[in-house]
Amino acid sequence: MGSEINRRDAIKRAVAIGVVAVPSASLLSACASSGGGSDKPKSEPTGAKSATNPLGVKKGTPLEAFIFKGGFGDAYVKAAETVYNSEYGIKVKHTGTQGLGPKLQPRFASNTPPDVMDNSGADNLDTAALAKENKLQDLTALLDAPTIDDPSKKVRDVLIAGTVEQGQFGTSAMYAFNYAFTVYGGWYSNKLFQDKGWEYPQTFDQALALGAKAKKENISLFTYPGKYPYYVHFDLLAQIGKVGGKDVLNAIDDLEDGAWQVDAVKQVIGYYEEVAAKKYFMPGSEGMTHIQMQTAWTKGKAAIVADGSWVENEAAPTMPKDFDLAVGALVGSGASDKLPFGTVYAAAGEPYIVAANGKNPVGGMELLRIMISKKETDNFTNTTKSLTCITGASEGLTLTPGLASASKALTAASANVLNSRLQDWYVKLNQETLGNLTLQLLTGKIDAKKWIEGAQKAADATKNDSSVPKFKHV
Amino acid sequence: MRHGKYRFIIGFLAVPVALYAVLVISPFIQDFQISLTDWSGLTPEKHYIGLDNYQKIIHNNLFWKALWHNVLMLLIVPLVTLALGLFFAFMLNVGGRRKGSASVAGVRGAGFYKIVYFFPQVLSVTVIAVLWEQIYNPDPDNGLLNNLLGDVGLTSLQQSWLGDPSIALACIMAVMVWSNVGFYVVLFSAGMASIPGEIYEAALLDGAGRFVTFFRVTLPLLRDTVATGWVYMGIIAMDGFALVQLMSVNNGGPNESTDVVPLLLYKTAFRDNSQYGMAAAIGVAMLIVTLLFAVLTLRLSRRERIEF
Repeated sequence: MGSEINRRDAIKRAVAIGVVAVPSASLLSACASSGGGSDKPKSEPTGAKSATNPLGVKKGTPLEAFIFKGGFGDAYVKAAETVYNSEYGIKVKHTGTQGLGPKLQPRFASNTPPDVMDNSGADNLDTAALAKENKLQDLTALLDAPTIDDPSKKVRDVLIAGTVEQGQFGTSAMYAFNYAFTVYGGWYSNKLFQDKGWEYPQTFDQALALGAKAKKENISLFTYPGKYPYYVHFDLLAQIGKVGGKDVLNAIDDLEDGAWQVDAVKQVIGYYEEVAAKKYFMPGSEGMTHIQMQTAWTKGKAAIVADGSWVENEAAPTMPKDFDLAVGALVGSGASDKLPFGTVYAAAGEPYIVAANGKNPVGGMELLRIMISKKETDNFTNTTKSLTCITGASEGLTLTPGLASASKALTAASANVLNSRLQDWYVKLNQETLGNLTLQLLTGKIDAKKWIEGAQKAADATKNDSSVPKFKHV
Repeated sequence: MRHGKYRFIIGFLAVPVALYAVLVISPFIQDFQISLTDWSGLTPEKHYIGLDNYQKIIHNNLFWKALWHNVLMLLIVPLVTLALGLFFAFMLNVGGRRKGSASVAGVRGAGFYKIVYFFPQVLSVTVIAVLWEQIYNPDPDNGLLNNLLGDVGLTSLQQSWLGDPSIALACIMAVMVWSNVGFYVVLFSAGMASIPGEIYEAALLDGAGRFVTFFRVTLPLLRDTVATGWVYMGIIAMDGFALVQLMSVNNGGPNESTDVVPLLLYKTAFRDNSQYGMAAAIGVAMLIVTLLFAVLTLRLSRRERIEF
């Protein structure tokens, strides 16, 4: 071989160099997981507090906003940022995105998060986990600040009931400010119902009777997006609350032992089993995305869909002009229910969070305070066709049919508003585990008994999983 | 003289090896390090918990289910893709009617087909996923596939496709095959073009038909190219993340029938209470399986090479 270097030797040497290079390399890249800085909030740059600046924002301090750009877009936030800019003499650094989680996780890990975020969408950050890690600013100061329109009123006083609770994670601190208010229920075309002479059902029996009538006309009673089976839970969970009362629903949220094995659950799940057995769900729903499902629904192939009030905006491209969108309240067993017909499931959504150790947490809260001024809420409702979490904010505005119907349903329900926390406290349990069971129930692969058994088992497993942070109704 | 040569070679190797170490090897080591902790990914603090994460994975049914789906993909997708790729490449290069003096020729319009087969390769995975989501739409009017089946009177074959647990995984695998086959048509075409015409002529003189030519001449001479393709395809199949995440119902559903390990990793890290340590452990498991696959494939396909 002589002076020839054979391949094997060359490789050996290359590996040796690699071994030398590795330790220094891991030093170099160590910053990927061990960020600099301590976990404690940095000293907040605050300015003098005044009547127009109650939170004490320091002029000229930069502010960074990371906004989920989904169904609502992000123009409404930009409008509020313009106000902030002129007030505090800076330009808010704005990012609109659909993937907050992957983008912001490293920034939280290295303690350089943006100041204010709209933490919504499928790829959002785990708000509960962030709250548990003390990464989020307690927004109590914002709640106690006066509103812009009427300084005699605190922010806390103008929020729709339930908004504060929606932002709490097992303690009295409020970490998420849910800006939009969503009314859930059975959405239908008033025109279709009037043309056919149908009435929106109030009881399970009426719904089944309507299903039979609709089937004769080749219309399915219900549809749902199989890709996101938790849409069905918007109705299903709240119906359990309507039949059995708020305590039953809270017990389910609190993962109490045997919470699913009560009569109210049996009635509701039994009803879904019957609807599935009679084939009143639109065939193929189990393989559809929400857009595909909504397209079939706006074409009149299905009568009712469990959805949130965002559907008016989302389905607008395929919705006929004379569709006359309306929402129906929760369907229950009847007179034996704990809550009357007219009970709705409504919750504040679109959670805004402020980073505790950002550069300008006070500024983040101030931006939220600007966003709930009459000017900005009007803008939001007009442009996104959605309600905000501010009481009576939609008064005096010309509402679209769906929004008007939702607003009316909310007023009619008065105190009978249900809110299942399962969907934000235990995302995996609600969406995936229960979602899988629901898909099987709706396609007739399992019966109600199996569903309830599976749900109880899944809830127990979540309860016993030490990696899942637990929450309780306060 | 000798020393100078080594210095020369080391001088050339040092930079790429260092880059490889920083960009490839060090993340692996760091991943392993993270997999021994309970890190949430959201704070700088993490605690070492030994092999707890691995223990949890071993006892997690969903992990084994997801791994099985990956193995299924690994067995089926490369086989189908490469077989189709070989078939198309053969037809485009060798399988046509001979005209004039040319010993081999492709089918008519071969150039056009080559471009068409390559189309999916230019599309991003997201575009492909959204496209096929519409094709698989179960609606008999809006869904392309069900609509076609309805038009030819095969309404009994209409399916909910991605919504049916028994065929959902197959539906996604079909898309993987569709989107990758074009690349292999081109790759194998290049390989076939380098096979000397004389060999084909000799086979012809001996009276070999298309079938025999393919199995006795083309395939053995393409062995290396096919083996490389196999490793590539295997790595694509071991991933499968993007298509499953974008297309499957309920994130790996229905009823977990399409879940794959990378998707499980993603959900563990980014959604299910941000368990980065656990996700890192899943990553290590993936690494081991992929390495095993690559080693096995290269071992099995090692053979003497025919020089021409």
